[in-house]
Amino acid sequence: MYDNPNLERNVAQQDTKISARNVQVFYGDTHAIKDVNIEIPARTVTAFIGPSGCGKSTFLRCLNRMNDTIDICRVEGDINLDGENIYDKRVDPVQLRAKVGMVFQKPNPFPKSIYDNIAYGPRIHGLAKNKADLDEIVEKALRRGAIWNEVKDRLHAPGTGLSGGQQQRLCIARAVATEPEVLLMDEPCSALDPIATSQVEELIDELRDQYSVVIVTHSMQQAARVSQKTAFFHLGNLVEFGDTGQIFTNPQDSRTESYITGRIG
Amino acid sequence: MTDATNNTPKSSLLTVSPRVKQRNAAEARFKMYGIAAVMTGLVFLIILLSTILFNGVGAFQQTFIEVPVYLDEAKLDKNGNRDPEDIKKVSTFGYNPLIEQAIYDTISAKMDKNPLAKAKEAKALISASAAAQIRDVVIANPDLIGQTVDFRILAASRVDGYLKDRVTRESIARDKNIDAVHLDIIDALRAKGIVKREFNWSFITGADASESRPEQAGMGVSMLGSLFMMLVVLVLSLPIGVAASIYLEEFAPQNKWTDLIEVNISNLAAVPSIVFGILGLAVFIQFAGLPQSAPLVGGLVLTLMTLPTIIISTRASLKSVPPSIRDAALGLGASKMQSVFHHVLPLAMPGILTGTIIGLAQALGETAPLLLIGMVGYIASNYPTGPIAGFMDPNSAMPAQIYEWAKRADPAYYERAWGGIIILLVFLITMNIIAIILRRRFERRW
Repeated sequence: MYDNPNLERNVAQQDTKISARNVQVFYGDTHAIKDVNIEIPARTVTAFIGPSGCGKSTFLRCLNRMNDTIDICRVEGDINLDGENIYDKRVDPVQLRAKVGMVFQKPNPFPKSIYDNIAYGPRIHGLAKNKADLDEIVEKALRRGAIWNEVKDRLHAPGTGLSGGQQQRLCIARAVATEPEVLLMDEPCSALDPIATSQVEELIDELRDQYSVVIVTHSMQQAARVSQKTAFFHLGNLVEFGDTGQIFTNPQDSRTESYITGRIG
Repeated sequence: MTDATNNTPKSSLLTVSPRVKQRNAAEARFKMYGIAAVMTGLVFLIILLSTILFNGVGAFQQTFIEVPVYLDEAKLDKNGNRDPEDIKKVSTFGYNPLIEQAIYDTISAKMDKNPLAKAKEAKALISASAAAQIRDVVIANPDLIGQTVDFRILAASRVDGYLKDRVTRESIARDKNIDAVHLDIIDALRAKGIVKREFNWSFITGADASESRPEQAGMGVSMLGSLFMMLVVLVLSLPIGVAASIYLEEFAPQNKWTDLIEVNISNLAAVPSIVFGILGLAVFIQFAGLPQSAPLVGGLVLTLMTLPTIIISTRASLKSVPPSIRDAALGLGASKMQSVFHHVLPLAMPGILTGTIIGLAQALGETAPLLLIGMVGYIASNYPTGPIAGFMDPNSAMPAQIYEWAKRADPAYYERAWGGIIILLVFLITMNIIAIILRRRFERRW
């Protein structure tokens, strides 16, 4: 079942992009994330897997401080991006999120044109000096999102008029357009059909040469296909973290083994 | 394992079981109740609208008398030098005899035998406003003096009532203002086309008149009063309401203070409007010293009333914008404010506009608070001289004007009150249609 060629990929030892130390997350009185330590390498796809409610999405949302928008959520511990603590008082979450882009579970294009969807990020961050510049950024992002050929003739059509898979690739292109260093993806394929899923997965694999990608997924096959590193979460704990091949073929923890063989989940 | 009995059907699908029959009957009954309720509502609506139309449509028609008036130089300009100052010295009392004479002469010309003994008796046929109307024309154009000019003057309200069947030969028995002789004259002049009913623009554009001249009264000035009030309401309540809702909905922390504010806003929406009136009287007039009866004060009071409506509807429409849009913007590194103003607000706009227009429509029809700040009972007989006067000078408002007319004793004013209600309803329906159109137009964008 797991003799996927991707598993044989050689994972070179790389620099750490994000490192989390003793991270605790509380929703009111609920202790959602318990003492998580993890080192996410640069230019790698890292998958978070685990049963529903295990905290993998919550932890992902800590990485760009999206949890700040939830009033009752409290984060403790250190999360360092390139050695800088993102929860430092001096860090403006807005600036952080420009560096750490995010793609959500449900495709959520703005109810604007395809062009404006992509151009929004560069516009607010002042990445383009003029219209021609912006056109170029939009085209580049759409090409990176592997959707350019499908939409190049209707850039001014509404983004909400695309199919689900196209919308999700549009959202990825939109996230890429602001030139982030890390791309967080929260179950990006859960609302997509298998064909759209494989397109998005191909895209994720291509993004790896420039970005650190962190992807939360419910599908173990998907984690095996796209990631080089896998972290298994269970009941708020990070149970096991290692090379994807090792996690799926030779898990060290009995809970990981139970999960990937389908006994818990 | 297959049990043989499983294959024999327990009952036929072709016969309806008693239980199902009962359920269907209950459903049919419920539908009947619903239809009955809707029909009752419709019947009341039809009764209401037809009553309003039936009673009010007369106000849009008025009886006029077309008569040539000789503008006697000996009476209007004794010195004969057409000096405007001299001409202005002649009051409307100087004009009345001329008009009475003109009517008397017309009657003599058109009827075989003039039933009136003296010209003075023609007074009962014409509106007291006629003298002022002709005087204005003469002052504006003194060269007309000495000539015979055709005028279209308002008939007296009794005459108008006779043409509209409000005044009958039986009902004038106890009326000192008009005699059966006058009605004979009207019948005769009407046959000759001298007296006729025409569409009455001045009911829509004109000013209110004194109690004894219902034929002259119009909605125009109080309409302006309403307009200036609505301007105040719109300019104040839209930005304040939208800003407050955005803050409460998007930025404010969820704690007991914001809960308290929320509960209070909901309660304010249910406070009787007269309470806002007395608040306005105490705060804006007695404390802040703003002028009484001014549309500015009326607008401020109505703003207080409209704010909760706008805040509640704005918050509801902000809430209805999917959170995924906010996430998308925040995830791209937009600030909270950018995400609200670039994405959430445009999507909430149709709801906000609808709420605002409905709030304005509510304020437009509000009478009770105006009672306490002196806008009811004020006779709005002069147009404001400019925009500032429009806000600061005493005025009335449409619903207050209707109330005022309904209060007056002359039955001619009763008709005008209904007519005023038609105008007010036209405004309200127009505003609601605009709200619907705006909502459709904005919704199509996404």
